[in-house]
Amino acid sequence: MELNILTVCYLLASVSFIFGLKLLSNPATARRGNSIAAAGMALAIFGTIFLYRDENGNSLHNYGWIFGGLVIGSIIGIFAAKKVKMTAMPEMVSLFNGMGGACAALISIVEFNHLVHGFKEAAYASDGFSFFSNVDKTTLLIILLGLIIGSVSFSGSMIAWGKLNGRIKDFNFKGQHIINNLLIILIFGLAAFILIASPEETVLYFYAIVALSVIYGISFVMPIGGADMPVVISLLNSFTGVAAACGGFLYDNKVMLTGGILVGAAGTLLTILMCKAMNRSLLNVLIGSFGGSANGSAGAAQQGGGAYKEISLSDTAMVMAYANRIMIVPGYGLAVAQAQHVCHELEKTLEAKGVEVKYAIHPVAGRMPGHMNVLLAEADVSYDKLLEMEQANDELKTTDVVLVLGANDVVNPAAKTDPGSPIFGMPILEVEEAKTVIVNKRSMKPGYAGIENQLFFQPKTSMLFGDAKKVLQDLLAEVRNL
Amino acid sequence: MENFLHWIAGHQQMIYIVILMIFVGIEVIGHVPSVLHTPLMSGANAIHGVVIIGAIIVMGKAEPGNWAAIILGFIAVVLGTLNVVGGFVVTDRMLEMFKKKKKA
Repeated sequence: MELNILTVCYLLASVSFIFGLKLLSNPATARRGNSIAAAGMALAIFGTIFLYRDENGNSLHNYGWIFGGLVIGSIIGIFAAKKVKMTAMPEMVSLFNGMGGACAALISIVEFNHLVHGFKEAAYASDGFSFFSNVDKTTLLIILLGLIIGSVSFSGSMIAWGKLNGRIKDFNFKGQHIINNLLIILIFGLAAFILIASPEETVLYFYAIVALSVIYGISFVMPIGGADMPVVISLLNSFTGVAAACGGFLYDNKVMLTGGILVGAAGTLLTILMCKAMNRSLLNVLIGSFGGSANGSAGAAQQGGGAYKEISLSDTAMVMAYANRIMIVPGYGLAVAQAQHVCHELEKTLEAKGVEVKYAIHPVAGRMPGHMNVLLAEADVSYDKLLEMEQANDELKTTDVVLVLGANDVVNPAAKTDPGSPIFGMPILEVEEAKTVIVNKRSMKPGYAGIENQLFFQPKTSMLFGDAKKVLQDLLAEVRNL
Repeated sequence: MENFLHWIAGHQQMIYIVILMIFVGIEVIGHVPSVLHTPLMSGANAIHGVVIIGAIIVMGKAEPGNWAAIILGFIAVVLGTLNVVGGFVVTDRMLEMFKKKKKA
């Protein structure tokens, strides 16, 4: 009876996941989708706790431990998720993803110990070995898969988290890809050996796989540029999905399987969509053909740029206050400086003076696709002021002043004009179509692509150096004084 | 080889689910606008938290004296809960922003 109810719970949960994802991909229904999936998850969790029966009809025990873990996890999870700043959302997602990966890996470790233990007991009976070789090899394979994928996802997510909050810097050296490939071969070699050998002898190798997978996760994410982290997190996200699905096979559990594979497939597609928005291939992101070499070329490129002109704050304020139409192009710099609120203030002040202000949002502006929209929405910027790229490019032709806030590669004309440029072909915001361009940056350093931006040296472009928030605050004061 | 075929035959339901879910997963988010990439990723992140169910089963099956299983299982439950609860709450917070935008 209980098992039948549990089956229904799992079925409802599986449907809620699919339905939730479906609603999540539409702005109007996204929030409801999230709640539906969450409700399904709660049903699956509590169903499992109270209704689960093993092959012999025994229910679960250790309720104290289970509820203790649930309560502790919930308190930390809610606290962390509520407290985190809007700008730090992506790294929070990465952190939670890593937790899921670690969870999958831990399950594999416990189940492996069970298997070895079971084997030792069965070995006392005469037919111990044949029992093992017939039934448990595939179980072992799934345990190993869950372990490897879960561990890689865990350590990779931790590195991605560290990179996004600036604790870990990009690090790469020659031959890193060869070492990574060797690591993979070693991991799968060991896994194959464990599958062939008798499990008693392989315990040590099993833990070697744990260690190697963790190391691989680190060395896999380490060389990828910080601005490419969203793609990496999305990829690791789908990895964790697959690791969860391994658990589904292990326990013959349909809801784990559905949820896991669903996320694995959707996550992979999402990763590809994100790459497409940047007009790059996944391989290009992972190998980091230009993201990785940024450090090396930055110094050299800086000198060959030519002359640029600076503009003072009061001049900027003057130009903006007497313009008819202004387009603001927010980027990474705005997010880092958390300048979205003061940006909105400036917009309101300018509007009060009769200036039309709009925002041009490049699909990959900021740290994640959609990041700028979320940030500006947090600051109460109204929805119809945010223009998508095509729309913005149309309006840019009739715009008087473009204010670029900490964006670089997404406005680099080289993407259109220079076939030799690594970003050639990426769709950009054509800000050079406007009458005047004012670029706020902290310095002349190139963006993450590590390439020079000719826009900065054009006659209609002026540079306004400084931290985005500080500059906007001062600019706001200047505009108000006019 | 025989084992493998045997295993496929024994798990054909599961294998069907895997294949169908791959198509459903791709189909369901096929037309997502780029604005929603981040919240969708976050929501998917919360959904793969179903791995918590495995952790609960591990924990609930651990023999009283088997401290290794109890402790590892307990950590797994905590981490899995973090993934689920944190994931859904973060996604909700992101989407709250979108809703506000609609009204404005």
